[in-house]
Amino acid sequence: MLRDAPGITPLAGGTDLYVGLNFGTVRETRFLDLSRLRPLREIGRQGDVLSIGALATYTDIVRSPLVAERLPILASAAREIGGVQIQNRGTLGGNVANASPAGDTLPVLAAADAVVVLESAAGSRRVPFTRFYTGYRKSVRRIDELIVAIEIPSVEGRQWFRKVGTRAAQAISKVVMAGIRSPRPRLALGSVAPTVLRLPLTEASLAESGSIEEARRVLAREIHPIDDLRSTAAYRHRVAGNLLAQFWRETA
Amino acid sequence: MPAVGRNVLRKEGQGKVTGAAKYVDDLSFPGMLHGTTIRSTIPSGRILSIRLEFDPAGWVVAGARDVPGKNVIALIEDDQPCLADGRVRHVAEPILLLAHEDREALVGARVSIDYDPETPVYDPADSPRIFKEIRIEKGDLGRGFSRADRIVEGEYRTGHQEQLYIECNGVIALPENGGITVYGSLQCPYYVHKALVVLLGLPPEKVRVVQTETGGGFGGKEEYPSMLAGHAAILALKAGRPVKMVYDRVEDMLATTKRHPSIVRHRTGVTAGGRIVAMDIDVLMDGGAYLTLSPVVLSRGVLHATGPYRCDDLRVHGRVTMTNTPPNGAFRGFGAPQTLFAAEVHMERIAEALEMDPVRLRELNLFRPGDTTATGQILGGDCSAAEVLREAVARTGFEARRRALSGTNAGIGLSLFFHGSGFTGGGEVRLASRASLALTPTGARILVGSTEIGQGTRTIHAQIVADALGIPYENVEVSEADTACVPDSGPTVASRTCMVVGKILENCALEMKARLGPLSPARYLELHGPLVVTREYEKPAELEWSDETYRGDAYGAYGWGCNVAEVERDPDTFEIRPIRLTAVCEIGKAIHPTLAAGQIEGGTAQGIGYAILEEVVFRDGAMANAQMTNYVVPTTLDTPPIDVVILESAYPHGPHGAKGIGEMPIDGPAPAIVNAIRHMGVDLRQIPATPERVMEASCVSP
Amino acid sequence: MKRLLDVLREDCALTGTKEGCGEGECGACTVLIDGEAVNSCLVPFAQVRGCAVTTIEGLAGAEALQSAFIREGGAQCGICTPGMILAAVALPKGAGLQDIRRGLAGNICRCTGYEGIYRSLRAAAIPRGAAD
Repeated sequence: MLRDAPGITPLAGGTDLYVGLNFGTVRETRFLDLSRLRPLREIGRQGDVLSIGALATYTDIVRSPLVAERLPILASAAREIGGVQIQNRGTLGGNVANASPAGDTLPVLAAADAVVVLESAAGSRRVPFTRFYTGYRKSVRRIDELIVAIEIPSVEGRQWFRKVGTRAAQAISKVVMAGIRSPRPRLALGSVAPTVLRLPLTEASLAESGSIEEARRVLAREIHPIDDLRSTAAYRHRVAGNLLAQFWRETA
Repeated sequence: MPAVGRNVLRKEGQGKVTGAAKYVDDLSFPGMLHGTTIRSTIPSGRILSIRLEFDPAGWVVAGARDVPGKNVIALIEDDQPCLADGRVRHVAEPILLLAHEDREALVGARVSIDYDPETPVYDPADSPRIFKEIRIEKGDLGRGFSRADRIVEGEYRTGHQEQLYIECNGVIALPENGGITVYGSLQCPYYVHKALVVLLGLPPEKVRVVQTETGGGFGGKEEYPSMLAGHAAILALKAGRPVKMVYDRVEDMLATTKRHPSIVRHRTGVTAGGRIVAMDIDVLMDGGAYLTLSPVVLSRGVLHATGPYRCDDLRVHGRVTMTNTPPNGAFRGFGAPQTLFAAEVHMERIAEALEMDPVRLRELNLFRPGDTTATGQILGGDCSAAEVLREAVARTGFEARRRALSGTNAGIGLSLFFHGSGFTGGGEVRLASRASLALTPTGARILVGSTEIGQGTRTIHAQIVADALGIPYENVEVSEADTACVPDSGPTVASRTCMVVGKILENCALEMKARLGPLSPARYLELHGPLVVTREYEKPAELEWSDETYRGDAYGAYGWGCNVAEVERDPDTFEIRPIRLTAVCEIGKAIHPTLAAGQIEGGTAQGIGYAILEEVVFRDGAMANAQMTNYVVPTTLDTPPIDVVILESAYPHGPHGAKGIGEMPIDGPAPAIVNAIRHMGVDLRQIPATPERVMEASCVSP
Repeated sequence: MKRLLDVLREDCALTGTKEGCGEGECGACTVLIDGEAVNSCLVPFAQVRGCAVTTIEGLAGAEALQSAFIREGGAQCGICTPGMILAAVALPKGAGLQDIRRGLAGNICRCTGYEGIYRSLRAAAIPRGAAD
């Protein structure tokens, strides 16, 4: 159906899409309601892989013992999205599909080496999360494909997450970071570039030298924050560096 | 049992908690059209042409030429058109009105407007037009400075603030009986009434304004509803049908008034012992594109600019100027939060310069009964600056806490402030407000133009009347604020609803009681027929005020406040998190303690938003962050516990001694929080104290 | 794509549910879908087929809380009140003050500074079993 009738937008919880509709920034008029696809809401495991259905809500994620055990920072991120009302409706798949550089779960997925499961009439394919986005609000998802699940392989090492928003709750991120402390540390940042960023150079620097000063210098070259309505490039630069240091300190 | 001083059951509560209360957007009338406004997209220029990009069949379209009377919003000066006529002076200025039966159709209606743009003015210091200039002089400034051992200077800045009532502005206009009736979300039915009489060229009796349940105002529904009611009325008269106009959040933020931004400079002479001997204060406010209420906002600003401190030799110079931005207007505090922010943050700098304890510095200089203010007003025995300071310091263990937090990522700061209740002396005389009381078989019905917008107006008025008449509170009814049946009690602004209008009502009740004599209300009605007592504001004999010289009794009474704020700074993100805020307020008399506490808690929370969160971002003369996602106000998690202490020191001319309360609570949080940030070593002189600003200041501060 | 909010207000004439922002920020339009709080301005009407939608008009058993909102200063202007009350009844059982603050963070009140709302919840012992 998505293939045969271009211009149909998949719709899950509606919490992002409706903001665009109400403000006239979303022009589409035809939508495909996914909300009845109950199996897509399941959170489970297949072997070592944590599989989260695209329609799992933030509340589902916050309440899931499996997420708490395997990827607690995803629950931390979900808990900081909007208010309870948004958490009850917004979905992980929606957060991924909406492709905002400020999406709060996205750094977690990037740092955790998540895989996006896409399905179409032609079959399914798995795309590493770090290769899912191609630019500002652009991804490799074809219009005939649906995001059906996010798969997260087993995570070794201490997990860390912090969101810096415009206020204490119901906020959009100015900087948001997820990190995993292991011999090969993994790091991702949101709101500092056109898409969520995995930070391979900074990770390598941390792995090699363990010097936070050096890693901060590398990080500063690896991110490209801008001035916008919510913050400044200077603030994002400095706070990203500070969060890196805080991550390193607290997971030592 | 007397009603005053007790938490009696609110008169205006029930419908609000069951969903039965009807706000303007909840109302509908047969044949009603929906209206929308086509607005300027440039900050300054001439309109060359206007083209409708849709088929006008089924539409009502109105422009400046459709204004039946005079195309102005009548307020202080007639400089603001209701619909732009050939020229625009700010982004979002209304140009054309459209109405259609189908609300959805409004979204698709496109209008093209060609302009010849002119260079806009955004810097209030560089404006070609001064709306109002005020000078207050006392003693001899040269003499004062000659006595000073130290001179401390500072410049302080505050930004716009959006009222952000949760119900957007909205009205419905109905053509009725050869005139117009307007239902609306508004604070001042008679402001709207006066504006419509001029705009529509109708006799006063052909204009009726009815306040609907109002979802917050905070000043934002003081003058703006006159504009919106004008638009709906023009459309309704042209269409011959009811027209509803309710703004969405974006339009409300883009087009309606905000708090005036300010730049305040202080130059203060002090002795080595800490006595302030000279104050030279310069206040500059940004009025936006039209004069609206700016002269009065400036007036309140300069009248509070010294803070609650005595000084014999001083000068306050204030200006409010034009910029090509939407007009700024009324917002709780009305000029005082801006100048009191500067005064109190400056006091902290003086204490530092003298290496003096900030509480001690304030104790040395604060107003005491018998002292004279900047305008020469001699303060009465109800002057409570010392009491509120003492209470706040003791309650928070301020001195010990300050020592304990030194050198940490937390700080504690205080602010001492005052707030004049009601209009200035001359202002209340000019308003000549009236209130009426009608006898009913079981008691009385209150007839006032004062509006209930959440503060509990009807409750406190009924309490005052019940006690004056000596009848149960339950036997007092309150009429709707409908200009067809209530007198003009003046606007519901300026912390005057209890002190001024409440007093007039008390006088009505006392006169009614005398007229009743020994008769019960029912018996009186049987014997003598209907009884309505109407009284007017009576100026206390000793109050003298001159608008020409700015000398005399600026306000009948002042409330007094002290805030203590404890905050933390996140060392990694520079976010300021308020931990707790103590608000001590002396308000004469708490007629209804829970409602009074509610005013203090709510005003304090808005003040916390003003201090750390709320920033209107302007780009090319337009609010760039006009959505609730991007203009952020405090949520539950941003609002710390607020500890309220109410002190009472009676004002002889207020009902039961009551003074104003609504505005004062918003004066204190911003300086208290910025002073707490200073305690952590960060020198910030501008609000909001966003993490970005705190970061910048942290990098240069010692 | 009609919003649940519009269907409630316009087609059902249930105007107790308010619109404050149209972007899920203020919470004034909060209703319960199958017992869970949602912003009805962000819910496509088509998605509530077969669900139980509770608005302030249909809320049963919350009289104590509603009365507490009047007595304790939980409602001032009242525009956020229906949404606030619905969010409050959906709070988890046994929530402490910090859980209450989290649970109500999606409901903006501009009048009360939230203190009166907490007082109202305490007075009505909401959430049930709350230990204060």
